[in-house]
Amino acid sequence: MNTGPSKRAVVTGLGVVAPTGIGVKTYWANTLDGRSALAPMTRMDPSGYPIKVIGEVPDFDPYALLPSRVVVETALMTQFGLVCAEEALLDGELDPAEQPEYQMSVVTANATGGAEFGQREMQNLYAKGPSQVGAYMAIAWFYAANSGQISIRHGMRGPSGVFIADQVGGLECVGQARRVIRNGTTFVLSGGTDSSFSPSGLVGQIPPGLVSLSDDPARAYLPFDTAASGYVPGEGGAILLVEEAESARARGVRPYGEIAGYATAFDPRPGTGRGPNLRRAIEGALADARCAPADVDVVFADGYGVPELDRLECRALAEVFGPAAVPVTVPKTTTGRLYAAGPTVDLVAALLAVRHGVVPPTVNVTAPSPDCPVDLILGDPRETAVRTALVIARGHNGFNAAVVVKAV
Amino acid sequence: MTERRVAVTGIGVIAPRGIGTAAFWETLMAGRTATRRITHFDPADFRCQVAAEIDFDPLAVGLSPQEARRMDRAGQLALVAAREALADSGLTGSGLAGSALDPARVGVSLGNAIGCTELMEREYVVLSDGGRKWLVDPEYAVPHLYDVMVPSSMAAELAWSCGAEGPVALVSTGCTSGIDALGHAFELVREGSADVVLAAGTDAPVSPVTVACFDTLRAQSTANDDPEHACRPYDRNRKGLILGEGSAVMVFEELEHARRRGAHVYCEVVGYASRANGYHMTGLKPDGREMAEAIRVALDQARLNPDEIDYVNGHGSGTRQNDRHETAAFKSALGAHAYDVPVSSIKSMIGHSLGAIGAIEVAACCLAIEHDAVPPTANLETPDPECDLDYVPKVAREQRTDVVLSVGSGFGGFQSAIVLAGEGKARR
Repeated sequence: MNTGPSKRAVVTGLGVVAPTGIGVKTYWANTLDGRSALAPMTRMDPSGYPIKVIGEVPDFDPYALLPSRVVVETALMTQFGLVCAEEALLDGELDPAEQPEYQMSVVTANATGGAEFGQREMQNLYAKGPSQVGAYMAIAWFYAANSGQISIRHGMRGPSGVFIADQVGGLECVGQARRVIRNGTTFVLSGGTDSSFSPSGLVGQIPPGLVSLSDDPARAYLPFDTAASGYVPGEGGAILLVEEAESARARGVRPYGEIAGYATAFDPRPGTGRGPNLRRAIEGALADARCAPADVDVVFADGYGVPELDRLECRALAEVFGPAAVPVTVPKTTTGRLYAAGPTVDLVAALLAVRHGVVPPTVNVTAPSPDCPVDLILGDPRETAVRTALVIARGHNGFNAAVVVKAV
Repeated sequence: MTERRVAVTGIGVIAPRGIGTAAFWETLMAGRTATRRITHFDPADFRCQVAAEIDFDPLAVGLSPQEARRMDRAGQLALVAAREALADSGLTGSGLAGSALDPARVGVSLGNAIGCTELMEREYVVLSDGGRKWLVDPEYAVPHLYDVMVPSSMAAELAWSCGAEGPVALVSTGCTSGIDALGHAFELVREGSADVVLAAGTDAPVSPVTVACFDTLRAQSTANDDPEHACRPYDRNRKGLILGEGSAVMVFEELEHARRRGAHVYCEVVGYASRANGYHMTGLKPDGREMAEAIRVALDQARLNPDEIDYVNGHGSGTRQNDRHETAAFKSALGAHAYDVPVSSIKSMIGHSLGAIGAIEVAACCLAIEHDAVPPTANLETPDPECDLDYVPKVAREQRTDVVLSVGSGFGGFQSAIVLAGEGKARR
């Protein structure tokens, strides 16, 4: 049964729905150009809310992209996931109908559930009564909807899963995809999707005090900057087609890269006096990938945009790599933090950087904080060979994870 | 390197008519049902008005006022069960922080299907002023509202309860969340990512929105005039499932680690597998094909033959669709032995607690191995001719119980199986 770590997991297909683009091509072009999608909120009337700038996916028409019977029974997070999955399969030249059903799995992550769908039905319940709750509420708002719908749409019957670890879920699910491949499954569609933009979903994000209240899209999300004032929430999704390396070779599909290392570490309870564990996650992922810090060509940082959390990330990077010793970028400055989708979108960017030899920039940051001594890629994209990239994610309450991708 | 084996060294349960493992087992062995008319809210306007509830006072069972305030009921139930499991394991009563364990080698895998729904719903009612406002009022947001929105907060609370700083995650595969979280914990220990993992499930779905959801599906029993007998798995007169609430937490520990410290080993986890039916979000094909495949793969991993299974804890939710589906799966995966091995559903007594029940059922399986006895299926009066296996009607049985299979089936089409084995049967 356990075929062990001898099996390698590579990525052969990508799918993205981001505020900066529906589809990998548009997303990547805008990301390299540093074109930001952060903008004043249009999804709802912002006048009663302190959050003014968010990262919405514009012009997403699910009816143009999915069968209408699927659209009516799914929340936006699931529609993102279904669209991403389809793109990843096409990109990876995989027709699921031609593959053994138990050799294909779906492992997704999600942080907040189907927020708008849920609020609408909750309103039906309380304003009109229990009999007015829609029949699809039971299958649309909950966290398992994404893996369920994707596996059903493509007849993927292997070991599937759903992981929730705030933002970190977007890497956790890919770590699990690699585990599933090591245990003998050939293909796994894996990634995170989220959309929390309903009024109640938005209000839920206010109390931790980490969201930027700036009304200037160019100044709202500035990780590692002296003017950092919080993060901008966004929505979106990314799904990777993760495949056993020998299968990709046999199919003649060129991988973007290998999921070479993965590690997770949880922070101690606040107030215990013990330090945070991001460094251990990074070192664990490097060790797992059999990499030295010097092998890493670029880091896709978590970049919370909250001064204290930025400092902690910089300190972990300095402890592992030395001060400002590795190029760092935060392309999510163009999208906002996409919850469980964010780290998977970063993985897509990292894999594209490996493929194309160019690293996308961090936008809007103009005055890097002296407390954050990192070699931040600002302005133009940096053309450089990328053999190894590190992607970092952190989540509320102390979740940390890191993934190392390597050129194949 | 020899293969790492996974022992269960601690159990904590909080279930309807079963606060604490001892009370839980007593309820099961007595065949008592905990289903009753809903008291959490006035169910008069709902199609189904019955659930299996816990009479639960968070302060009385040791939670602090702040824990009681910030945590959803599901999180509170999990924390109570975690404390019992940790004390039972001997790793220390108040958490692992003071023990010799390296926190980096301790993890949490918590199964949960519907998040912090109960508290989210209560807060929604205030924010929206009873559903009147779509643009809800931010000034009524409580300080812990984000934690209510992201259920990973519950996994964090469990990690804090035991000082875990290793792999921590919430597994949310709908009704198989509990069993899948245990499967994940099993893999974490087996592969060496952790030495000790709190393997758990929790859910508290007895609130208006969830009862309304199941009403719309017509999945719930409507035996409102006879709550005690409302859930009747495998019975011809079944009417549907009954929601329950609860949590079970188990300490999964690397076997040598457990032996070195002289811990009591309830049993070993020896196999786990999950498959998706790729068919329908709520519908099941009657052939039970994917569940059968999950059972076969889990047994294969355990290196056990079907005829070595002494007891099957069925999914037994109380719907005709499920009963046919899993009966076919057992016949397909276990062959002739399906007719010999006792199968029972504890949901008949404590209801279907969604993401919790898979973990609660495995806790029952550990206790079945410990006590050499199997729980009955309550309310099984008139067997459905389509269900022609031995479903242990109404009365528990004392019998040699070494190898146990537990299965789960749920929304999204997920089908999971886990195999436990007592001493002697694990890895001959």
